[in-house]
Amino acid sequence: MEFAELIPTPRVDGVALHRPSHAAVEGTLCLTGHHLILSSRRGGAEELWLLHANVDAIDRRRRDPGRILKQGSPGTPRPLVRAQCDQYNCWLLHGGFCLSAFMSQTFCEVLRTLRRALSTLDSITLMYPFFYRPMFEVVEDGWHSFLPEQEFEHYSSATSEWRLSYVNKEFAVCPSYPPIVTVPKSIDDEALRKVAAFRHGGRFPVLSYYHKKNGMVIMRSGQPLTGTNGRRCKEDEKLINATLRAGKRGYIIDTRSLNVAQQARAKGGGFEQEAHYPQWRRIHKSIERYHILQESLIKLVEACNDQTHNMDRWLSKLEASNWLTHIKEILTTACLVAQCIDREGASVLIHGTEGTDSTLQVTSLAQIILEPRSRTVRGFEALLEREWLQAGHPFQQRCAQSAYCSSKQKWEAPVFLLFLDCVWQILRQFPCSFEFNESFLIMLFEHAYASQFGTFLGNSESERCKLKLQQKTMSLWSWVNRPSELSKFTNPLFEANNLVIWPSVAPQSLQLWEGVFLRWNRSSKYLDEAYEEMVNIIEYNKELQAKVNILRRQLAELETDDGMQESP
Amino acid sequence: MEHIRTPKVENVRLVDRVSSKKAALGTLYLTATHVIFVENAPDTRKETWILHSQISTIEKQATTATGCPLLIRCKNFQIIQFIIPQERDCHDVYISLIRLARPVKYEELYCFSFNPKLDKEEREQGWMLIDLSEEYKRMGLPNNYWQLSDVNRDYRVCDSYPTELYVPKSATAHIIVGSSKFRSRRRFPALSYYYKDNHASICRSSQPLSGFSARCLEDEQMLQAIRKANPGSDFIYVVDTRPKLNAMANRAAGKGYENEDNYSNIKFQFIGIENIHVMRNSLQKMLEVCELKSPSMSDFLWGLENSGWLRHIKAIMDAGIFIAKVLVEKDWISFGHKFNHRYGNLDGDPKEISPVIDQFIECVWQLMEQFPCAFEFSERFLIHIQHHIYSCQFGNFLCNSQKERQELKIQERTYSLWAHLWKNRADYLNPLFRADHSQMQGTLHLPTAPCNFMYKFWSGMYNRFEKGMQPRQSVTDYLMAVKEETQQLEEELEALEERLEKIQKVQLNHTKVKSKQSEPSKQSGFSTSDNSTANTPQDYSGNMKSFPSRSPSQGDEDSALILTQDNLKSSDPDLSANSDQESGVEDLSCRSPSGGECAPSEDSGKDRDSDEAVFLTA
Repeated sequence: MEFAELIPTPRVDGVALHRPSHAAVEGTLCLTGHHLILSSRRGGAEELWLLHANVDAIDRRRRDPGRILKQGSPGTPRPLVRAQCDQYNCWLLHGGFCLSAFMSQTFCEVLRTLRRALSTLDSITLMYPFFYRPMFEVVEDGWHSFLPEQEFEHYSSATSEWRLSYVNKEFAVCPSYPPIVTVPKSIDDEALRKVAAFRHGGRFPVLSYYHKKNGMVIMRSGQPLTGTNGRRCKEDEKLINATLRAGKRGYIIDTRSLNVAQQARAKGGGFEQEAHYPQWRRIHKSIERYHILQESLIKLVEACNDQTHNMDRWLSKLEASNWLTHIKEILTTACLVAQCIDREGASVLIHGTEGTDSTLQVTSLAQIILEPRSRTVRGFEALLEREWLQAGHPFQQRCAQSAYCSSKQKWEAPVFLLFLDCVWQILRQFPCSFEFNESFLIMLFEHAYASQFGTFLGNSESERCKLKLQQKTMSLWSWVNRPSELSKFTNPLFEANNLVIWPSVAPQSLQLWEGVFLRWNRSSKYLDEAYEEMVNIIEYNKELQAKVNILRRQLAELETDDGMQESP
Repeated sequence: MEHIRTPKVENVRLVDRVSSKKAALGTLYLTATHVIFVENAPDTRKETWILHSQISTIEKQATTATGCPLLIRCKNFQIIQFIIPQERDCHDVYISLIRLARPVKYEELYCFSFNPKLDKEEREQGWMLIDLSEEYKRMGLPNNYWQLSDVNRDYRVCDSYPTELYVPKSATAHIIVGSSKFRSRRRFPALSYYYKDNHASICRSSQPLSGFSARCLEDEQMLQAIRKANPGSDFIYVVDTRPKLNAMANRAAGKGYENEDNYSNIKFQFIGIENIHVMRNSLQKMLEVCELKSPSMSDFLWGLENSGWLRHIKAIMDAGIFIAKVLVEKDWISFGHKFNHRYGNLDGDPKEISPVIDQFIECVWQLMEQFPCAFEFSERFLIHIQHHIYSCQFGNFLCNSQKERQELKIQERTYSLWAHLWKNRADYLNPLFRADHSQMQGTLHLPTAPCNFMYKFWSGMYNRFEKGMQPRQSVTDYLMAVKEETQQLEEELEALEERLEKIQKVQLNHTKVKSKQSEPSKQSGFSTSDNSTANTPQDYSGNMKSFPSRSPSQGDEDSALILTQDNLKSSDPDLSANSDQESGVEDLSCRSPSGGECAPSEDSGKDRDSDEAVFLTA
């Protein structure tokens, strides 16, 4: 028996769903163990299915008696009448809608139940992925699609300077690292253990990316624990120097400002002193973290949902949210890293404090700029596996709630969303260089916050192991990589581009990601139509291409047949 | 030419304003029509052409150790900085350009010397491309309610109106003349657009000379006649595009707005579009933001907001959502928009210059962004029109009224832009446009909610010369290439089917057919990315001093600045790389709204052009 069946499924008729720029939809509201469903009973098009985890907050609106759809006889248009009714704002990840119904006991009851359901979301093992049974046949188990050993093979043919280390097999050396990591060949596991003790969270420097063109690498780690008295660690110095070719210098990109990095010393952290790392030049960039990002998101979503302000206030609110400033800062740092690698021919080590947030934004974006493979669907999925999931980005904490979270938990932050937004910005500037489209990025954003799949559960590989996610839940990749799903997420304009792509980071080139932030506030009908038209143009071209090829072949065959008959 | 003090300066450097790339060394030439910079680099000898008429401002900056910098801002938003080694040369170029950029006679303008090597007939055809009477016919005119009036024959009533005008049938010449006397510059209410489905119409006029209490019987009869011309409606909206305050202030000058008490059946409404002085300053402020060197996101958004530009765009959109039909010719040219004054093609009062047409063009773009399938043309079309409004290469946008254009014999002496655009129309098509598409069915429905976020900064226009800031791959060009290939495939398919049929027939007759095997056509890689640009990083290190900004020299971002002398070159397959190369002389210019610095106090000044009222019969 499923958990969902243990609780009653309350329902109430005559509930209207209101969204800005959309006609209201009226139907039956129904609550199941994991879903909120509003069905107009007029075909699937007007059905809303929401995971409870999708709902950020619910608040009751009292000030406006509101308008409600009156029950009319079927088939006739339902006139809007003013009536006393209850209205609830239902806030989702990045926008919201309003539910209204005549005042009734059941309507309040349903909403109360929903609120109760939201409060039980904290328990991971009660979450939907543990109860979800796929309706599709699993062709390829996504849990095994991107194994570290396979990823290693991508560059092991080009270099012998790196090896896989199993030093973290039991998650004993670094709890947030996966069991298998790539390290310089000349450094043994014993040295790694020592380095781990010198780095925040045990996150010793590991390989993130190998640039085949010139053999330069991106490494990432946690901050060195130098403290106020300038502790040093010979093994650490040896490890990162081992990645440099003779006479070469490298760059250490610290994602914190110098000020913040200096302050970190008081708490036992710190940064690499030039004196101890003479072959490395340190650059500080300032990428914000935690509540600053969270507040930025809250302000941005608030601005996007405010329907009353005039043009000027919109721009100043957008500015005040600082969202695009964060985007610009992250993108700029990633471009800088890519420039070091590709143009300067220098290897790079990246870290902030823990090395699980801004560090990963930068390493993964740099790869999108540098590596054509990471712009394909598979390559991007592999990148997420490597640089986000295995690298220990705490998804569970960061994505627990979104812009409407009431609890000011300090670990919630839209780090992953910012990364996806940056990818979207690059995609917008290079619309033909990505195999996936905007919908793919939006889908990933949504599944990171609420999903029927287990992929984004947990904060690290070790947590996922303990939860036995591989056995108990379905991988997102098992679903996405089926041809029927993939077709929705592939970019019809894609033409493999083997070049490094340098995006512009000028403010004029960066835009608000409307597909995410304005999606509940404006109808995308005309844009969707345009997309459809684009797909049609390309599909028709392909169809003709195929037909022409068949005819050519037929013709060639006929002509050779003809020749054979003649020649004997 | 007597104004050119020095025709040639060597060892001049052209500074790249976007990337930190080294400045290009070359030779600067001044000709009667262009500033030309030819790079020394032997493999490219890249040329940069700037049309004098595109020059908006020229600024001589403080001499440095490397030479004397000269900053040229163009009306099409290009900004060019030269460094000239000798102060004396720089001064000569500066003085020459100041004169060349401000011709005093129409005859000095480029269109009078521009010769695309077309014969007389072709030129005449070009001018016939847009026939206003055809436009009216399309609207279903003349009909029972509206007729062509000859009251303005020989511009007797209003010299800024065309001679052919549609007025309500019931409006007699007496009424029209009477009404015109009560209107600023005699611009009486005349038809602009007629919607045959419901007889609704849009008329326009200038403000009435009502002062505080004056009234005019004929003018009241005129509006009544307009009302009657739509039998289905018992009132008309009078829309005043000014802010109410401005209109009220105008009353003191004997002008003003219609008093609802005097006109039966009108509903009066102010829209609040600011006057040209406010607009000019707003654009100026926005361009200053665009010009900032590596601004932060906050600098940019604050600057954009403070400029108020998008707020003005929104005000215009709000007012004109239904009249923003893309009838540039009709709405802007024949009805006495003061092209010459507003665009500063001739030396004149800088206060008269205003970016009204820029705003119109931008409004169309904002609509295109929201309705991607509804427009037959692409963004490039708008950009090129904007360019040529200032280029003075074609005669279309000269002078202030039809009367002046006739007097100058523009049609006999210059060429029409529309013919040029029509000839290269393939470059301007929107691949997503389909005449049968639902977005084409009737009016575009814009949301009524105040969705301010829908109006965006148009970097494709205002930063169009900073190629690095634009998307590096063009979806439009990609789709156009696909469509072109599709067409070829269709033809090939047909040919193959025919041949197959023939062979099968022949085979039946046991006859040998030898046929040349066609080469399998390569699946073309649609060239959409400017790879050279894609391959060049910008200066990401910002003010990071520790990071050496050793910028790679390969790759080139301003391919758009390469200009061919072939002014009417055919479509370039790789337009994304040179999308601005539409016609030879395009490209080099930029703009700032106008030569003149206008004191803020003048903002409140009254403008004769924005006082036009629009009448709608509902």
